[in-house]
Amino acid sequence: MSISETANPRGSVVDRLRDALPKLVLSPTVAIVAIFVYGFIFFTLYLSFTDSRILPSFGWVGWQNFENLFRIRAWDTAVWNLVIFGSLYIIICCVLGLLLAILLDQRIRAEGFIRTIYLYPMALSFIVTGVAWKWFLDPGIGIEAVVQGWGWTSFEFNWIKDREMAIYTIVIAAVWQTSGFVMAMFLAGLRGIDSEMMKAAQIDGASTFALYRRIVIPQLRPAFMSAFVVLAHMAIKSYDLVIALTGGGPGTATELPATFMYSYTFTRNQMGIGAASAVIMLMTIAAIIVPYLWSELREKK
Amino acid sequence: MRKLTMMTAAAALMAASTTAQAEDVEVLHWWTSGGEAAALNVLKEDLQGQGIGWQDMPVAGGGGTQAMTVLRARVTSGNPPTAVQMLGFDILDWAGEGALADLNIQAGLEGWDDVVPEALQQFAKHDGKWVSAPVNVHSTNWVWANKAILDDLGIAVPTTWDEFVAALEKVKASGKTAIAHGGQAWQDATVFDAVAMSTGGPEFYKKAFIDLDEEALGSDTMKESFDRMAVIRSYVDDNFSGRDWNLATAMVINGDAAFQMMGDWAKGEFLNADKKPDTDFLCFRFPGTQDQVTFNADQFAMFAQGKEVGKEQAALATAILSPSFQSAFNVVKGSVPARTDVSDEAFDACGKKGMADLKAAADSGNLYGSMAHGHANPAAVKNAMYDVITAHFNGEYDSATAVEELVTAVQINK
Repeated sequence: MSISETANPRGSVVDRLRDALPKLVLSPTVAIVAIFVYGFIFFTLYLSFTDSRILPSFGWVGWQNFENLFRIRAWDTAVWNLVIFGSLYIIICCVLGLLLAILLDQRIRAEGFIRTIYLYPMALSFIVTGVAWKWFLDPGIGIEAVVQGWGWTSFEFNWIKDREMAIYTIVIAAVWQTSGFVMAMFLAGLRGIDSEMMKAAQIDGASTFALYRRIVIPQLRPAFMSAFVVLAHMAIKSYDLVIALTGGGPGTATELPATFMYSYTFTRNQMGIGAASAVIMLMTIAAIIVPYLWSELREKK
Repeated sequence: MRKLTMMTAAAALMAASTTAQAEDVEVLHWWTSGGEAAALNVLKEDLQGQGIGWQDMPVAGGGGTQAMTVLRARVTSGNPPTAVQMLGFDILDWAGEGALADLNIQAGLEGWDDVVPEALQQFAKHDGKWVSAPVNVHSTNWVWANKAILDDLGIAVPTTWDEFVAALEKVKASGKTAIAHGGQAWQDATVFDAVAMSTGGPEFYKKAFIDLDEEALGSDTMKESFDRMAVIRSYVDDNFSGRDWNLATAMVINGDAAFQMMGDWAKGEFLNADKKPDTDFLCFRFPGTQDQVTFNADQFAMFAQGKEVGKEQAALATAILSPSFQSAFNVVKGSVPARTDVSDEAFDACGKKGMADLKAAADSGNLYGSMAHGHANPAAVKNAMYDVITAHFNGEYDSATAVEELVTAVQINK
């Protein structure tokens, strides 16, 4: 290297430039990400310890905001709703997605067409899904009214107006939106499975059920992991679906941490408490993502 | 050297162009519906007559939540609009941040202190300085009723809680919905406002919602108010959750329901449907609150552009407080003027009643800011109260739990 530098200094400048070019090109992105993602995360963290109300302010109050946060009953509701919504959403999406993928994997006719139909809800925003389901579920004009109109007059489906059941209507809408996408992930996984092994098992006389249970599904572990991470973070940040579907109601029955955070920060002039709830959400996501990343990165080595 | 001169010239040019722009008023508001926009046009034309341009900045969304979010972004980036439509404690919050201009000179010249009710001034003044110009007064303890239904069932206008319950029972027995209600937190709170005032009287209302006295908040009277809310809930149809207020009004207009408790903006819906006050519909104060008025008032807060109030801001404030604008605007909007010396000639029966009630309440000290509309306590407390009231109305808490929660909610958010 030193020889070539003395022999051809011009070449070395070009070489060095070529070496540095990727870093140069990427550095603005890195800087921007550092400020606007990590910088603001730390700013939020800082705000959660201040007395910020309508605008950010810098009076230090220690853990006060967190203490208040855990005394607010709406936050309990929000967290508990997240547990219900998150677990049902992830489980149902995975089961339904896997089932759809397996059915679609049977070399059926018009597969591409059906796949598109299943995937299509993903192309809609959660706002559209929310508004559409709001109409379907409204007992005055939706499914209940239609079925009663057909003559089944005792039919009842008013979950969206029932504070015990309203959270489940959000699960319905969210599953409808996302299970097609999960199906696509599983389908890709299924297509990647070695067909020789399947043939060998079939020759040995394995039933289709046993084939899937013993051979196929265990090999889908990476697909399950990806689905879980995608679905988990969608569940924690879900905001627009709730706003469009129930507006957090009836009462405060469908409050989720994301809607809680927005309303405390931006409409209730309680920026400190809002920031504290955002920090808790971040910690929750980190608790899911960090072990996942760690296991992924470790596997590659 | 030449470069420097050019830069100075450019800077001078920019300064000149900003002063030229400052001749316009940029007004952030959320009056986007037909009637409201028409009412605002009155103001726009008045200013244009004085050679002041009007840069409209409407942000749709009732209650102004979205508008306040936009405002926050504008102020944080150092570029606030000149005037912003605002409600109650938001004005005081912003004034507390030192963001509002001082209108005292205008107020002194035109004698605002004498004509604007005391209760209203509390929200227009901060530290003895006028910081915003009140446009109107909405009162929120109204009941709107379908006259045909009441006549058919032989119901007289109820004046006490018991009479009201009897009337509700009669309507329910006839198979119609007794109360048209929209299930949104602020609507539940609007009803609760009137119920608490009627149950405990003005003293109690002031102690609980304005002074945030914990004893009053946790009292048996408060528990009884919640009990009465449960009674009201039993006369509301089951499909109320999430319904907009104007759809509830439409139920009264169409004769599906007998009563609605809502602020006087509901009158606009009746008038739009070609209904006449006292012949097609009735307006009366919530039973038991005949002598009191709970209000909210739209105001235009002036954001300081530097320390001085701008010439065009002063002109805007003067135009807003002029009796002719107050009358013209409020006839269209359904509210009543923010000053008590405006003639009621142009107003309809409900409007006349509203103006007379306002004056009487202001004189007797019975004019109170509405908790449900952010005129009794700060936004944080208001919303915490919303949570409790709406959770109780939807059956999540019984009355005793609701009272406890109300006390905690106020403690946390005060």
